[in-house]
Amino acid sequence: MSSIYRHIGRYYILMVNVFTRPEKGKVYRKLIVEEIDKIGIQSLGIVALLSLFMGAVVTLQTAANIDSGWIPKWTIGYTTRQTMILEFSSTIVSLILSGKVGSNIASEIGTMRITEQIDAMDIMGVNSASYLILPKIVAAMFIFPFMVILAMACGISAGAAIGVSTGVISLTDYQYGLTYYFEPFQVSYTLIKSVVFAFIITSVSSYHGYYTKGGALEVGQSSTRAVVYSIVLIMISNYVITQLLLL
Amino acid sequence: MIQVNNISKSFDGNDVLKDITVNFHPGKVNFIIGRSGSGKSVLTKCIVGLMEVNKGEILFDERNFTSMDRWSRRSVRQEMGMLFQGSALFDSMTVEENIMFPLKMFSKLSPAEIKDRVDFCLQRVNLTGKNKLYPSEISGGMQKRTGIARAIAMNPKYLFCDEPNSGLDPQTAIVIDNLIREITYEFNITTVVVSHDMNSVIEIGDYINFIYQGQLWWSGNKNEILRTNNQELNDFVFPSEFMKEIRDTLRESR
Repeated sequence: MSSIYRHIGRYYILMVNVFTRPEKGKVYRKLIVEEIDKIGIQSLGIVALLSLFMGAVVTLQTAANIDSGWIPKWTIGYTTRQTMILEFSSTIVSLILSGKVGSNIASEIGTMRITEQIDAMDIMGVNSASYLILPKIVAAMFIFPFMVILAMACGISAGAAIGVSTGVISLTDYQYGLTYYFEPFQVSYTLIKSVVFAFIITSVSSYHGYYTKGGALEVGQSSTRAVVYSIVLIMISNYVITQLLLL
Repeated sequence: MIQVNNISKSFDGNDVLKDITVNFHPGKVNFIIGRSGSGKSVLTKCIVGLMEVNKGEILFDERNFTSMDRWSRRSVRQEMGMLFQGSALFDSMTVEENIMFPLKMFSKLSPAEIKDRVDFCLQRVNLTGKNKLYPSEISGGMQKRTGIARAIAMNPKYLFCDEPNSGLDPQTAIVIDNLIREITYEFNITTVVVSHDMNSVIEIGDYINFIYQGQLWWSGNKNEILRTNNQELNDFVFPSEFMKEIRDTLRESR
């Protein structure tokens, strides 16, 4: 139990250091742009690919499970929309990115720690926590909502394409389902979630990397812990945000 | 001058440094030597502020580093340069970008002036033309020289070198030693070198401090080290019969 308090305390101290005033804004702006590319742009392919297949599968599974004449066909479009907007685009995409981005961040910072690169920064007088972590957090919180919108668009489009091409639903029914009882706030809700998840993934992964001790083996362990802790915290915060915003 | 006054450091009740008092002189190469686990690296980390001491104080030109807040410490740290055992170059940056890093973060120089300063530092460590190479593309000796170039980029008053010759062949080690000595004298830097390499100690050491079991056991210059009767120091510096013969020859010749 004391270990959890130690982690919380160290995480808090690290975040205080991260959010202190940067030494040189111009340098940080350049770093943020680089991180947007590394975290966001380089993940677009995997997000789009997974969303396409998820949208298609949700459409087919819903169609396969609706064999009652009492349930209208447009339910397929409605279900695909709700699944993609409410959970897949933010939560599932974030879980996937915690594996890709989170492990990458933890291993990058962890390697810098064990090779004394972080010590070198500290001795120069650079706030290493802020220099290494702040651009990642800002970049992820900025780019994640765009990736979520991309995931929604890909999933819903793929659902339509597969549904129509396999003949399980007409385009008109699918479109009707998409617009049926649509609440724009649900999009805001999922975008809010994505920003929170972006913060969790980048800060938790950075924390595990920053406090790595030892060698290559420990870098690997930090990377694994970063992903596990990020996933657990994403699921807990998903519940809390849903409770607060949707009910 | 760096003054270390009565510092102690322990980990989980295990005393690693015990009441150490030592001065490091400006314009001189000051060595810290000792067996593995004797506490010399911990001492260096305490001096540069990577570890906090349990007791005592460290003064940089009479400024008490131990009692400073983090902002004041940062300004003192900008006067420090450090060469790490593994060079600690940023591997995502080229040689040039590594040297530029502290200049971009802290100096008010224009991009052209920064470039000139980088070229000067590279020329000073004989790495002219290596600007665009990455650390993984250069040899261990070149990495050390890049580390020195980065350390002197901000015109430091204090230079710390942690095992500067580890992993280098004897000839390259001499090149690095000479470079450290030349830079120390040229820019009047207070240089502190942590080393196991007795060749370096005898070659370039102006002041030598021997740490034994967490205590400052012996201090003196390189001539005194040849004549001392301190048993622990003799066992460390001249461990073999061959080295003892060399010591005796040197004693006679000096």
